[in-house]
Order: sequence, then C-alpha cells, then structure tokens
Amino acid sequence: MIATRPVLEVNDLVVEYGSVRAVDRVSLAVAPGEFLAIVGESGCGKSTLLFAIARLLSPPARIVSGDVHFQGKDMVTLDEDELRHVRWRHYSVVMQSAMNALNPVLTIGAQLRDAIKAHEDMRDSKIRARSEEVMRLVGIDPVHLKSFPHQLSGGMRQRSMIAMALVFTPELVIMDEPTSALDVVAQRSLMLQIKELQKKIGFAAIFVTHDMSLVSHFSDRLAVMYAGQVMEIGPTNKVFSDPKHPYSSGLLGSFPSIRGPRQALAGIPGSPPDLAHPPPGCRFHPRCPQVMPHCKTIEPPFYQREDVDIRCHLYADNR
Amino acid sequence: MQITAELKADTAEPIIRAVGLSRHFQLGGPLVRRTLHAVDDFDLTIGANEIVALVGESGSGKSTVARLLARVYRPTSGQILYHGRPLAQMRSRRQRLDYAARVPMVFQDPYGSLSPVYRVSHGIMRALKLHRPELSHAQRDQEAARILRSVGLSPPLEFLNKFPYELSGGQRQRIGFAQALACRPELILADEPVSMLDVSVRIGVLNLMADLRRNEGISFLYITHDIASARYVADRLVVMYAGRIAEAGPAEDVLANPKHPYTQLLLSAVPDPRAPISLPATSDVAEPPRVINPTEGCRFRWRCPYAIERCSVETPLLRPLRPAHEAACHVAT
Repeated sequence: MIATRPVLEVNDLVVEYGSVRAVDRVSLAVAPGEFLAIVGESGCGKSTLLFAIARLLSPPARIVSGDVHFQGKDMVTLDEDELRHVRWRHYSVVMQSAMNALNPVLTIGAQLRDAIKAHEDMRDSKIRARSEEVMRLVGIDPVHLKSFPHQLSGGMRQRSMIAMALVFTPELVIMDEPTSALDVVAQRSLMLQIKELQKKIGFAAIFVTHDMSLVSHFSDRLAVMYAGQVMEIGPTNKVFSDPKHPYSSGLLGSFPSIRGPRQALAGIPGSPPDLAHPPPGCRFHPRCPQVMPHCKTIEPPFYQREDVDIRCHLYADNR
Repeated sequence: MQITAELKADTAEPIIRAVGLSRHFQLGGPLVRRTLHAVDDFDLTIGANEIVALVGESGSGKSTVARLLARVYRPTSGQILYHGRPLAQMRSRRQRLDYAARVPMVFQDPYGSLSPVYRVSHGIMRALKLHRPELSHAQRDQEAARILRSVGLSPPLEFLNKFPYELSGGQRQRIGFAQALACRPELILADEPVSMLDVSVRIGVLNLMADLRRNEGISFLYITHDIASARYVADRLVVMYAGRIAEAGPAEDVLANPKHPYTQLLLSAVPDPRAPISLPATSDVAEPPRVINPTEGCRFRWRCPYAIERCSVETPLLRPLRPAHEAACHVAT
C-alpha cells in the first residue's frame, strides 16, 4: 500500500507498566510526508505508544517486545548517546499542553536556543537567525522571541512549541493532542497551519487525539485504538465514510452534529476496560452491539477489507 | 411530575431571571488597579422544563454565570430573581438552603467533586436528610434507590455501597446528577458536565439530561464550549463572548441563522466529518478576549471581519433580529 519506504515502521510493539499492558502488539507504518492520526479515548494507550516511539518512556513503563524502525535504525535498541543524534534533528515531539511544556521563567527565544544548542554546535548569530525563521514559519512575529510564555495566548504558545519542533526540519513530527487545550476557533486555525507547514516542509506527522472529528479533514490515514490495541487502520476518508469496526462506528456516532436534522445518538454503552484486567477475547466485546459467541473467547486477528485493516471477527474470511 | 411541571410553566415568573448581571474581579496590588470584567450586563431567563445552553470559549465568563446563579459569587451589580424574588433578599439559612436544593450545581470534574473517603450513598443520603427531613429512614433508602435508577445506575443497592474509585468517569458524573436530584431540584446548573468524560460515554450523560427533563420536568442550564452538544440537548442557546452575550435564541434558529459574527466564526470552526471544510486558512488570529479594564465598544471588534467605526466607540446591545432571537452587533441584520 505504501509505495515508498516508510520513514517509520512499528512492528508488534508491546509496552507495559509493571504488569499492565498499555500498548499491545501495535504495528503501523508512516510514509514520508504522510499524516497519520491515532484516535482513541483516554487510557487507550495512544500517548504511551507515542512516547514509546519517541523513546520518552520512563520507568515503570518499558518496551517489552517489538521494534520501532525509524530511517532504518531500530529505535528500541539505541542508547542515549546514539539517540541524541537522531532526536530533534530527525524527529521531534510536540507535547499536549504548551502551558506545562514551556519553561515559564525563560523567554521563547532562550528555550529555542537551548533546544538548538543541545543538538548542534551553532553560532549565536545563526541560532538567532534560525529562531526568527521558524517563528515566522508558524506565523508568530519574531519579536515574541523576547516574550515569556505567559505573555502569549494559548494558540501562540502551542505554535511556538511547533516552531521549536521544526528547528532542524525533521522528517517526522510526533504530536500528542497539541490542540486539546485550545478552543474550537484556535484549534481549527492551528490544524490548518500544521497542514500547511507539512505541505511546505514535507515532514511526516503522527497526530494523537481523542477527537475523531478534528482530524477528519487533515489526516491521510487513521488508526483507531481501543484498550491498548489498534482496532482499525486505513485511509481516513474510508474509515470515516464506512467505519468497519463496531467501535469505530460507535465512536463516530458519539459526536452530535451541528448540521442536518437533530437526531438521537446512542453513544457506546458501558465504559472502556481496566487495562490491568482486560476482557478475554476481543477487548471490545462487553460493549459491542454486534457481539458473537466466539468474540468472548477468541481474540480476533486483523482482517483486510480493501486498504483497511480491522481487528474484528465480523470480517473473518469464511463469512 | 409532568403535571407539576406544567403547573409551574403556567405561573408568570420563570424559575430564574437574571437582570443586568455583572461580576468584576479586582486584580493587582494597591498601586496597580485592574478590573477583570468576567461578566457584564448579563440577562437570562430559564423557565420550567427548559434546557438552556450557555456556550462560549474558555475565559468567556460562562462558569462565572453558573457560580453567580449558585450563589458562590455575589454579583457586582444586577440581580437574580428566583420565581420573582431577588436572591439578595434571601437572608435566613432556611431560605438559602431551600434555594440551594432547588437550584443545585453539577460540576465539571467527576474525579475531584466526589470525596474519595465516602461511599456513593453518603452524598445522596446527606442531601436527603438535609433537604427532605420529612422522609423516614426507610423512605430515604427507597428514594435513594429510585434516584440511582433514574440516572441509569442499576442495581442501585450495589452502586450505593461503592466508593468513587470503583466507578468510571461516566458513572461518577451520574452520581453527581444523583446528588443534585436528591434535593428535588427545579433547575440544575451543569457546568461542563461532559467535557472530562470519554467521548463514547458523553452522549450517555447528555441523554440523561434530556431524560430527566422529560421524565421529571427538571430544567437545565447546560454550560459548554461545544456548540454541537449544546444543540443536541438544548432548546435555547446563549452564546457568550468576553463576558457578554453575543447572541441568544432558539437553538435551531441560532444554528441555521447565526447573526453575530462570533457565532458564525464558532460554527465554521466546529470540526464536522460530515461536512466539507469551510473556514478559510488562518484568517482568524484567535486572540483571547480582552476583559481587563475593557473600554467602551464591542469586545469582538478586533477579530471581527465586519467591524465598523461605531463598533469601537459604542458597546452593542442585544436587539431582536428574528422571533425570540437576539444578537449584540451593530452590523448584523
């Protein structure tokens, strides 16, 4: 399906916190310049997956098995020293809350300088020039390099985080709900800007969010996660127009619309499982409206329908 | 229950009428005096059996309105009438207690708003003992079970004996509604009751609000930043911007014919997978509202594509543009 060599390839990745398996055998690939969205509810393991890919996990979380190939290197086995050469230059991370991710007592410019100096020996004048360049890139006047985070609006803070992530023009930008602290208007304009930057610079993006409707117009491919597993992955427009997994369609049916007739929605009954005691068989079976007897005992593998992979017995080949 | 709701609707006065409500906060020390205008000139009526949604972005003053109505804050000016009687005149403990029971609040954070050391029954029983002293012990148990069933938690006896940590976010928020129901409310102030819940369980809580209105005749003030969920449950929408009402009217009419440029912007920004993308790229700078020492004039004018000279000198007042539908804008027609 992906013609070119993927920039990132994750195979059967398993991450555990002690005995709790937060990410369970996740495989995915990101092509150069591709925008992959990962959606799921809180506690489904989507942030843990990102942190594992970026090698930002801290104990007790650990990668138990699987591998992460980024530009041909196996990220799982890199040590800190080797990691430093890859991190931020070739991939960067934009955190969820810019309010907490930025240092409140340093100016934006000082923080950009820190990020640059940690990864490359650059002269001050060049650092300044590059800082101004990336600030302009994200649409912030470079005078704000002298501003402290509290002097900027939420949207500007989040954009300066993105500026920081783009300092070395990485091939991959990993974003963990960068818009969740913003209101809808700021959210929409940030999404448009991310997309524009992606077109201009050509980085691949992994974008994690709990808000499925947010990425509908922006991502190329969509992965739906539930209870630590990918349940459905495929081209965004296909997943939206014809969600195959009962969880994906339930999730899509949980958003009231502002257009069209006002219709009653059901949402999904019950609540997500406790990952310390995941249900046997398919993890979604206690909430699934189309549950079958063997869903309760046999865990479904992935089945393919066109370009979409679905972890659901409904799509077993003999049906 | 339906009958009592209709009887109440017949009386002329709505449950709550807020008139010219303002709340300002003083900032800074003795030398630098700054005033934050959280809410200015806010008018609102909520009648029986009605769900009103208060929509606005963070910092627009919507939670301040809820706290004013719940008597957490005192208004800087203006007043709140409860069945025609000013709240400021309620002096006795009995009266204030009665008001708190009839107009309870449900909070945003279902994790922080339940005490972790008490069982679920604690909050509900306390409300029953305090606000409905006429009930006997056995009647209280019965009533608690009935309330839990009405918020969709069954079997009730099992849930009453649980501790909050044993419940999911959606279940906790239902307990929040159960505690409010125990007081036999007329109007529940629900401050972002679903924003901290998982996407798949939000609809359940919204449906619960609609059910409680239908079955028990309870009114709601539903405070949210999500205009789509507001449309889903509410009869009327009140859109706030920077402490003032930008637009108010019947929910469907506001969505179909948004008059205020802010409402139009808000609607165009709502992500909707079922509609094509509609907002032009980065036309809006998305600056936060300026409400510290505000000057005269429309507070939306810096972001408004239609701003005229008059907008910076004269604060627009709400004026009717369609039946029961008002907007505070000089330009809108």
